[in-house]
Amino acid sequence: MRGRWRWLLPLAAVPVLALLAYGFKLNPRDVPSPLVGRPASPFTLTAFDGTPVDLAALRGKIVVVNFWASWCNPACYEEAPVLERGWRAYRDRDVVVLGVDIQDKDEAALDFIRSFSLTFKNSPDRNGKVSVDYGIYGVPETFFIDRAGRIHRKHVGAVTDQVFRETVDTLLAAQ
Amino acid sequence: MTRLAPGVRNPCVGAVLLLAVVLGSAGVASAQPPAKPAAVSEQLVYDVASELRCVVCQNLSVADSPSEMAAQMRAIVRERLAAGESPAQVRAYFVEKYGDWILLAPPRRGFTLLVWVVPYVVALLGIALVAVLVTRWTRRRPAPPPPVDAAMRERIRREMEQEP
Repeated sequence: MRGRWRWLLPLAAVPVLALLAYGFKLNPRDVPSPLVGRPASPFTLTAFDGTPVDLAALRGKIVVVNFWASWCNPACYEEAPVLERGWRAYRDRDVVVLGVDIQDKDEAALDFIRSFSLTFKNSPDRNGKVSVDYGIYGVPETFFIDRAGRIHRKHVGAVTDQVFRETVDTLLAAQ
Repeated sequence: MTRLAPGVRNPCVGAVLLLAVVLGSAGVASAQPPAKPAAVSEQLVYDVASELRCVVCQNLSVADSPSEMAAQMRAIVRERLAAGESPAQVRAYFVEKYGDWILLAPPRRGFTLLVWVVPYVVALLGIALVAVLVTRWTRRRPAPPPPVDAAMRERIRREMEQEP
């Protein structure tokens, strides 16, 4: 009788081991966003230079929305020049880069903007509503929005020149 | 002024005047600033926030986290409840933005239903296994004594006889 059931114990371990193997293959920091493919939430912010920033008014353009903070080092420091380069290279082709500064102090944020000579609009998200609307759980996170106002891609971590170019080129080609 | 009194006695004119007064007061009411959002109990805010995962913490709810992000999320919960949304609608808003990941308790549907069901199934299987084993052990008959051969029987008889 005992021999008949001996295979049960190792068999019971199989699903547990399979689940563990599946779990170890996943990146716990990589949480898929349900927002990709859906319309980007509209927002209105006031940029650090006092001008209004209205996402809805940019419909028809490709918009890169980057969430950052001055305390986010090194990732935000690595991508700031990338975003500025991308903005300068593509701004004549209906591409807009918007920075959204979250959970930060104005003084530190302005120092950050000055130190990287950022010329695209950067606005503080003072009450965190835009951050939650975009399902932000860390910085930096970047959303690439197509001309129809849909989120084409969410990039977690520092944006590289390659990611910026490839994604924006894809969106430009899709027109 | 003096001519007004007889006219008012006319029921039709009275009705028109009454209607004018009602409409006028309604107009005044609509011109007033919108009512302030309803007060929301902090317990309700805590209850909803305690079901949401703090997105910048490890294993902490929005209600329990001291982070700025959690504070902003609590404020959003409070604001939405004050605007008349139900706790389920507030939860649905966060799920829409973050997915089911934002809920500390996985939803009881789809794949995550397993998280709720499997422990009970395993516990029931364990109880059944223990019951079967205990039943089997208690029913087991004692082993029969070894057979006594004729030589042994004779030896026992002799030794019994030698006993005083």
